[in-house]
Amino acid sequence: MLGFLLRRLGWFVITSWVVITVSFFLMRKVPGGPFSGERNLTPEIEANINAKYHLDWPTWKQYLHYLGPLNLDERGLFGDRSKPFGGVLTGDLGPSYKMRDFTVNDVIAQSLPISVMLGLVALMWALALGISAGLVSALRPRTGLDLTMRLAATAGIALPNFVIAAFLIILFVFLIPLFPVAGWGTLKHMLLPGFALGAPRAAYIARLTRTGMLEVLSQDYIRTAVAKGLPNRLVLMRHALKGGLLPVVSYLGPMTAWILTGSLVIEKIFRIPGTGSHFVNAALNRDYTLAMGVTILFTVLVYGMNTLVDLAYTFLDPRIKLEES
Amino acid sequence: MNRAWKGPLLRQAVALLLFAGLLAGLVGVAGSARLERADFVFNNTGEVQSLDPATVTGVPEGRILRGIYEGLCVKDPVTVRPLPGSAASWTKSPDGRVFVFDMRDEARWSNGDPVTAHDFEFSFRRFLLPETAAEYSYLLWKVVNAQAFCTGKDADGTEREVDWSEVGIKALDADTLRIELEDPVPYFLELMAFYPLFPVHRASLEAAQREFPDTWNVEWLKPERLVCNGPYVVEERRINDRIRLRKNPMYWDAKNVALDTIDALPIEHWGTSVNMYLTGEVDWLDGSIPPNLVPELLKRQDFIPKPYLGSYFYRVNVTKPPLDDKRIRKALSLVIPRRAIVENVTKAGQAPTWSVVPWKELDPENPPLEGEAAAEEARRLFAEAGYGPGGKPFPVIEVLYNTSETHRDVAEVIADAWQRELGVDMRLKNQEWKVYLDSQTNLEYEVCRAAWIGDWVDPGPLNFLSLFVTGGANNKTGWGNAEYDRLIAEIGLEQDPAKLEQLMLDAEAILLEEYPVLPIYSYVTQNLIKPRFGGLHGNMLNEHFPKFWYWMDDEELAEKLADLPPDLQEVPPGGPSGGKYAPVGRARQIGRN
Amino acid sequence: MDPSGRWNLHVRDEERLLAEAAEYRGESLWQDAWRRLKRDRTAFWSMIFLAVFVALSLFAPLLPLPSPIALDLKAEPQPPVWTELGNRGFDYTFETDDDYKLAYWDLYWHDKRLVDVRKAVFGDWQTGRWFGTDSKGRDLLSRIVWGSRTSIWVAFAATLCSLVIGVTYGAFSGLIGGRVDNLMMRIVDVLYSIPFIFVVIFILTFLSEPRQDLETESLVDKGWVFFIVIGAIYWLTMARVVRGQVLSLKNSEFIEAARAVGASTARILFVHVVPNVLSVVIVYLTLTIPAIMLFEAFLSFLGLGIEPPKVSWGLLAVDGTDAINPIRTFWWLVVFPAGAMGSTLLALNFLGDGLRDALDPKLRGKH
Repeated sequence: MLGFLLRRLGWFVITSWVVITVSFFLMRKVPGGPFSGERNLTPEIEANINAKYHLDWPTWKQYLHYLGPLNLDERGLFGDRSKPFGGVLTGDLGPSYKMRDFTVNDVIAQSLPISVMLGLVALMWALALGISAGLVSALRPRTGLDLTMRLAATAGIALPNFVIAAFLIILFVFLIPLFPVAGWGTLKHMLLPGFALGAPRAAYIARLTRTGMLEVLSQDYIRTAVAKGLPNRLVLMRHALKGGLLPVVSYLGPMTAWILTGSLVIEKIFRIPGTGSHFVNAALNRDYTLAMGVTILFTVLVYGMNTLVDLAYTFLDPRIKLEES
Repeated sequence: MNRAWKGPLLRQAVALLLFAGLLAGLVGVAGSARLERADFVFNNTGEVQSLDPATVTGVPEGRILRGIYEGLCVKDPVTVRPLPGSAASWTKSPDGRVFVFDMRDEARWSNGDPVTAHDFEFSFRRFLLPETAAEYSYLLWKVVNAQAFCTGKDADGTEREVDWSEVGIKALDADTLRIELEDPVPYFLELMAFYPLFPVHRASLEAAQREFPDTWNVEWLKPERLVCNGPYVVEERRINDRIRLRKNPMYWDAKNVALDTIDALPIEHWGTSVNMYLTGEVDWLDGSIPPNLVPELLKRQDFIPKPYLGSYFYRVNVTKPPLDDKRIRKALSLVIPRRAIVENVTKAGQAPTWSVVPWKELDPENPPLEGEAAAEEARRLFAEAGYGPGGKPFPVIEVLYNTSETHRDVAEVIADAWQRELGVDMRLKNQEWKVYLDSQTNLEYEVCRAAWIGDWVDPGPLNFLSLFVTGGANNKTGWGNAEYDRLIAEIGLEQDPAKLEQLMLDAEAILLEEYPVLPIYSYVTQNLIKPRFGGLHGNMLNEHFPKFWYWMDDEELAEKLADLPPDLQEVPPGGPSGGKYAPVGRARQIGRN
Repeated sequence: MDPSGRWNLHVRDEERLLAEAAEYRGESLWQDAWRRLKRDRTAFWSMIFLAVFVALSLFAPLLPLPSPIALDLKAEPQPPVWTELGNRGFDYTFETDDDYKLAYWDLYWHDKRLVDVRKAVFGDWQTGRWFGTDSKGRDLLSRIVWGSRTSIWVAFAATLCSLVIGVTYGAFSGLIGGRVDNLMMRIVDVLYSIPFIFVVIFILTFLSEPRQDLETESLVDKGWVFFIVIGAIYWLTMARVVRGQVLSLKNSEFIEAARAVGASTARILFVHVVPNVLSVVIVYLTLTIPAIMLFEAFLSFLGLGIEPPKVSWGLLAVDGTDAINPIRTFWWLVVFPAGAMGSTLLALNFLGDGLRDALDPKLRGKH
């Protein structure tokens, strides 16, 4: 167990390093910079700005400076005699280029809890809808109930989420005024965006649950249990569910990371100050440090969640050993 | 059996408890963050880059900074001409080169310190320092030696080290600021009311530098530390959520400030913004209204577009044949269906324009060609240049625009007209904003969508004409004309308004002859604002000043509505029915409508 | 998939045995699957529905639809009219190549021929405003049908691309195992974490350069290249799924049996592993196609999608959402495009479920 975790950590370091490096150079290759705008700057002012933000350095030097902890400049990343920027290795993601009154660490610290909360609501929607639809269609296939549940669960991947969100708002805000139109703060604010964010995942979960259940129900040990005369409900609850939900668990890892980092569209439409919008906006604004910051955050989340999932596997299925993953 | 039961159950219970605890904690965190609604809430359309006036450039930033700082001058909310601000008065030398500002004695920072001429000298020096890297620093380059101080080079390119003592900005004493210019700048006072030239508080900045030697450049702008001299101070700031402004009790004119709190929400999505306006969660939103809604909104009392000093045009890359031929460019301009565009695409009352200077009145004796006559003339020009039926094949022309629905719609209509009337094979090319800017600057386009908004009203045309000097940073067409450059340079030196006007007309005439840009329409402001709200006027710059904002009571509201056309649809007026006025009462509002 | 009961271990002729086994499985797996698929009514009708849609989009130039790009500027989108079946408004003549561009855009030569046939059969006749018009007076029905070409075929091409890369990569990784497998999966981890938006912008700008050269050849256009590259991004999950399946197969009894009788690695891969992986792959495919269609819509939402005058469902959906708001709703702008997209994706999902059941060896012989 400890060995497994250590090995994972080793891979994590390597993976993050590769991700940081590739993203860093990819970003600089994309045309436009953080300070290009509708009004072009005169070359002299551009030179001042580039000098201040070290954009006049060769990319490799900027990269080393960003990575840290070697400090290549006594003026710090943002000049002005401020702190020599520590670099990613010291846990300092640097100041944001676009939201200049905040560091990237600030931005993430402010937005991540909100995303986590929205993510939990979305996760609950997705699991509730997905698992029940999956179970129904595995156990009562081709009934009216099955069709209804499947339709409900599949709607999420049949329409783009901005369409779903627009429908939800018209329905539940204007026609039947149940929820606030947008914003943040109470559980009521979270239900609609949580649903819109969770719905597409529900379809996948339904599919996985159904597959997993069908698989398990055809296993010998279930047959044995039924043959033994155990009531169907008991077989289902005690034996089948555990194995049947395995695929769902493995999907939970990446899904949680995706949901936690939110969705630009949902955050935009429901005006939620989460992390998701930074992913796209930082890229569109060429806010290099922020874009790198959220990329690193995402890597950590995906990796952490996958490790958790692998651990959870061993609890759910004793046949699986950690070494294999 | 028993043990087997216990294990998973216990585990499940623990997991469940953990989950519930996490959720409860988060609900607590988010719940505690909830704020009461402010007196006035508006959509600021985007996250503010910084509260440091020296380094910001955008419209959302301007909206906030005009609330929390006050420059030497302020602007009249209706005419947008300069009025006394932190300076109570000023004198201008006869040659227009020296300004002496007399500071307002009662002006105070939000911590009680007096606002002095030294504060402005410090702020202007900071604005020009190369380390500050202010994007707008060129605004002060006409000050003696300022350009060399800022860039290490004079205007003619000779390198020169300049000490601050040689720059023409001096606080003669705490009460008097003297600024000396190399050449007269007709709009200099308007610059003094422009947000990049707002002052910063030296003592608090330096205190933050001492206290946070590492991170002061973020720390000094934190709401709890930021010292302002405007009618409002920043009370709370959350990324992508809101900026909460609170009335500054130390402001010298606080008795004329009505609202206690203002919220600025950075809503990017138009649908959300309109929805929040309709449910009353937002009181004012500006711009980005989808064209499909505009006809419906025009019927309402709360949407009254007004002329805006902005111009929408297409740049032409004159370095790419056959677009280097001005007959071709003229022909392209002739067949642009301007009226169809403003009537059926943008719809909000934008005016078709044939000059890059917006809101230019058409010469009634000599109206521009339109419709079939224009198309025929265009085909004639095409034939003259050797293209068209029987002529050389015309190469594919690509219209570049940045990602946005309105730009796409306009481009589709124009491309369609060019294809139909002139048989030009058109392609549309959509680029993401930053890539689009890059292509434009590097002249990697053939025709591209562009727009320009003026920064000052007087002289208005200069905002637009000065763009197209040879090699200008915002020319971006490759076009240049020596005579034109000479005229623009002369405008800078001219003091006589009548001659100034003539010079500008001459320069404009060259543009109209050469077509480096194809003008399309003049902008209108698109403010959707609750009828009860007062003090927010649709001016030419669409700049609004929180100092003058207030809520009308029922009586004043009724008077205002009586002045509107009677067939407009009634809408909820918003705000408190008793109104919300400044301590001095109702009578004082500047330019009340 | 447990044929052990039928194997006679005393038989010496291994080759013959293997050939028989392969033949036996191949035949009956697909036949059986088809039989069961037909029984699953939801899945079967979904398939018919999809087939009709694909055919419609393939033969769109043949249909007497108005031009999808002809502008008719009015202040407002026009609502559907169901009283008029059609009119004689299609007054284009197609003589030179440029003529096609007035009514459509750059078409492939076979599409131009289809347009010619349409003109010969229907003449000027075109359908009326059955689905209403959009904000610039273009016929919505025509735009949906022509948009389906972009969406369906883009999704198809991208999925195919993700399929090829993902299956090869996943199967290889799973089969080799050990260090190589580990390394290959870590590479997938890295790719997962790189922000897609940069990749997309990078590809778009990278593609915009040689674009003109490409298009003069008229065979490859940017949209296709772009979405094939998107498909190349989507192979990651496919690779994981395939690897997982291969890993579990690798240790299964029948592979061991095949190895015991001396079959080569390539043979095991293509004869035993691939068919077994197929069921997973097909099911995953029916999830990938919708995902790519939605991704195209998301790119359109960001404004990075297909370029006008061409049209896609994603673009129509984005335009449509602007039309739902409390002030004024142009319902047809959202209902029809969303309906087309939603029904296609739902059908794909039902088909996927059906296929999964049909291909599941454990359910064989049931129903």
